[in-house]
Amino acid sequence: MSTADIVKQHLIDPGICIRCNTCEETCPVKAITHDARNYVVNAEICNDCRACVPPCPTGAIDNWFPIEKGKPWSVGEQFSWDELPAAAPVAATIAEPEDVARLTSEATAGQGGPVAAPWSAEKPAVNLYSEKGPITATVAGNFRLTGEGASADIRHIVLDFGGVHFPLLEGQNIGIIPPGTDAGDRPHHVRLYSVASPRDGERPGYHNCAITVKRVAEDHEGKPVKGVCSNYLCDLKKGDKVQVIGPFGATFLMPNHAGSSLMMICTGTGSAPMRAMTERRRRRIDQKEGGELMLFFGARAPDELPYFGPLMKLPKEFIDINFAFSRVPNEPKRYVQDLIRARHDAVWRQINDENCYIYLCGLKGMEKGVDESFRDVCRQHGGDWDRLLPQLREKSRYHVETY
Amino acid sequence: MSIDYSEKIPNNVDLASNKTLQRALEHWQPGFLNWWGEMGPDNTSQAEVYLRTAISVDPKGWAHFDYVKMPDYRWGIFLAPQEAERKVNFGEHIGQPAWQEVPGEYRSTLRRIIVTQGDTEPASVEQQRHLGMTCPSLYDMRNLFQVNVEEGRHLWAMVYLLHAHFGRDGREEGEALLERRSGDADNPRILTAFNEKTPDWLSFFMFTFITDRDGKFQLAALAESGFDPLARTCKFMLTEEAHHLFVGESGISRMIQRTCEVMVQHKTDDPAKLRAMGVVDLPTLQKYLNFHYSVTSDLYGAEISSNAASFYTNGLKGRYEETKLGEDHRLDTAEYPVMEVVGDRIVTRQVPALTALNERLRDDWVKDVQGGIDRWNKVPEKLGIPFRFTLPHKGFHRKIGIFGELHLSPEGKVISEAEWTHKHRDWLPTEEDRAFVQSLMGRVAEPGKFANWIAPPARGINNQPVDFEYVRFN
Repeated sequence: MSTADIVKQHLIDPGICIRCNTCEETCPVKAITHDARNYVVNAEICNDCRACVPPCPTGAIDNWFPIEKGKPWSVGEQFSWDELPAAAPVAATIAEPEDVARLTSEATAGQGGPVAAPWSAEKPAVNLYSEKGPITATVAGNFRLTGEGASADIRHIVLDFGGVHFPLLEGQNIGIIPPGTDAGDRPHHVRLYSVASPRDGERPGYHNCAITVKRVAEDHEGKPVKGVCSNYLCDLKKGDKVQVIGPFGATFLMPNHAGSSLMMICTGTGSAPMRAMTERRRRRIDQKEGGELMLFFGARAPDELPYFGPLMKLPKEFIDINFAFSRVPNEPKRYVQDLIRARHDAVWRQINDENCYIYLCGLKGMEKGVDESFRDVCRQHGGDWDRLLPQLREKSRYHVETY
Repeated sequence: MSIDYSEKIPNNVDLASNKTLQRALEHWQPGFLNWWGEMGPDNTSQAEVYLRTAISVDPKGWAHFDYVKMPDYRWGIFLAPQEAERKVNFGEHIGQPAWQEVPGEYRSTLRRIIVTQGDTEPASVEQQRHLGMTCPSLYDMRNLFQVNVEEGRHLWAMVYLLHAHFGRDGREEGEALLERRSGDADNPRILTAFNEKTPDWLSFFMFTFITDRDGKFQLAALAESGFDPLARTCKFMLTEEAHHLFVGESGISRMIQRTCEVMVQHKTDDPAKLRAMGVVDLPTLQKYLNFHYSVTSDLYGAEISSNAASFYTNGLKGRYEETKLGEDHRLDTAEYPVMEVVGDRIVTRQVPALTALNERLRDDWVKDVQGGIDRWNKVPEKLGIPFRFTLPHKGFHRKIGIFGELHLSPEGKVISEAEWTHKHRDWLPTEEDRAFVQSLMGRVAEPGKFANWIAPPARGINNQPVDFEYVRFN
């Protein structure tokens, strides 16, 4: 059986469930039912909305088991159980694709491997769809984010998953498989893109997500080269179909607890996860959960900075934005590390705030400069960055994803 | 509707638009906090507890987890969303629009119902206030505190109704709820079971498994009420109540698990040997079950009750799952079987269903308790131990209703005073039993560690690991 034939079935653990009826009461589509013995989920009705999960007092509701497609456990079978059948939860059965493992390891190398997710992060779904069984998404929109005159063509692409289950959290990635084959007649490698939209989608109420893609026209050394996947994506039109796998990433996630703060440092398309997290917080402003948002965002010039317009519209009390432009005529070159140094008081305060989580995303080249700037900030305040960093890592407060 | 936490009193009832009510509740709030400080969990003002707080009443928002210092817990007023065009669903007013204000003729009855329900909430906090000192683990301590803060919130829910709908009388009742004390000789809580002690964790687990289940059924019956604010309040309280039942059921189940493990390991069912090894023998657990079951059963009141009948006819308190039941929502002619004692025989006789509503709610509760007992019994069954827990007869050890003046054995045989005196020590916990259970109670407060007499849970809270630091001490 290929992984494409495996789907997950939502099941309730009868060994833990206390039959309190909360799930049945909560389920908006009446997929949950019970007999004198068990509460069960009818796979034919359940739409995987997960409204039943938070209210369950026991955690019994939180089980997704791999089954062969089209052959779910029936309600009658579930009624007869005293415990769940022997099977491993889904995430463990579909291994992370090799390409994805390599890319992830490269992206987090800068911090010495991935750091665990913040303790209050939402539990992510990962590896639901692999290259052997990708899903097909439909392009719902493709918008240029950078000015017409800008040298970089950066795009905001919205993908719609239709009725296929594809849960995403801010900071997670999706994999895109460009169509066709390479020069050696092999299928193209998968490319990872960080989602730029929050968990409830680019457009709430629709099952979609946004990614931020820069058209690659030259390599890191400046030699002309046509990026296979980025050009494919940037040329997509509304209604086009795209092969998507994932979700990937279980660590570069935002905290969810009230009062938690985010310090976000990014350049270029590294802004995608920051945009997702910011948007998540913006949509919850009314909850008044507290916590601060601080953004350091670097680009060549304002018109090359993705999401510049929308960012400028955010209230100052909601987010503390610091732009660094390196190619504005008649102005000194400024990089994100310069702004981190300039804002050393605030940065130092955030480093020492247990509730502040730091995220770094962008080109590999920025890591060293940012690291140095943190070292300087610490020195200025009598601290030791080399001693602090391991503590931040241990508490899942410092996350790096660079490429 | 989301909950406004910037308000002094978080709420989803648009409190800000009713300044008089807001001021009245803000006036009550310091009294509540004083009561919490004085009668809430002992020595906990500095502990940070991984608690669930409702941030909205929809499924996604009401279970928000975070570390909270208990005195800073945001007790608030949350009602389940209003159902458009909800009707009175039973009794003589059936089909009329549900009442948004208290009908004048039912004012004092409704007030009494709300006060009686409200009184149980602070009572249980008072009963449980010392348990944190002897918690078997941080996980259990956290669960205790979760139960406590939510009972506190349930008090708020009832006080809101009193203030919002009962004027000055309501405000006075709100004060009185903070003045009565569980077990106090001069000013006790209203219901007997809420004046009993909860001296140890076995009692606590039995209480949450059995007595909080009475709460579930009372709330469920009130959630059917024609008085819409009461129905909506109780509906949301029910969601929280489920966790309390879980704490009790899983707590006892883990005790059974641990005892059975020791029994298998040492190949013995000798209570003395098991006690010497620091676990509670199964017959003692059965005695505690008998005690809590019978005391709680009294909370439903007399089998035949004209009060219950008029509550129903007037549309104030329905049956369990009233709206899911069949056609008859007036009960003009329906009958219901109720036990009766004739000489030394117990017989069943049909009575008008309307007068037997207490008994019916009790029967619904019994069925629910039995389900939990069946699940407990899977534990010894799985480990090859023949012991099974059973519920005693409904008439065993009762103080209220037709069995109140009699003595019954757990099997349901009417027995003499002399036989009761001779045998009751085999059926109910004795002073020695209680002293033994008490002797096991010692505080275990290291993440992932559990007292010897209880097994770890199968799963942590909110998917956190079992060894998660559920309570932090500063």
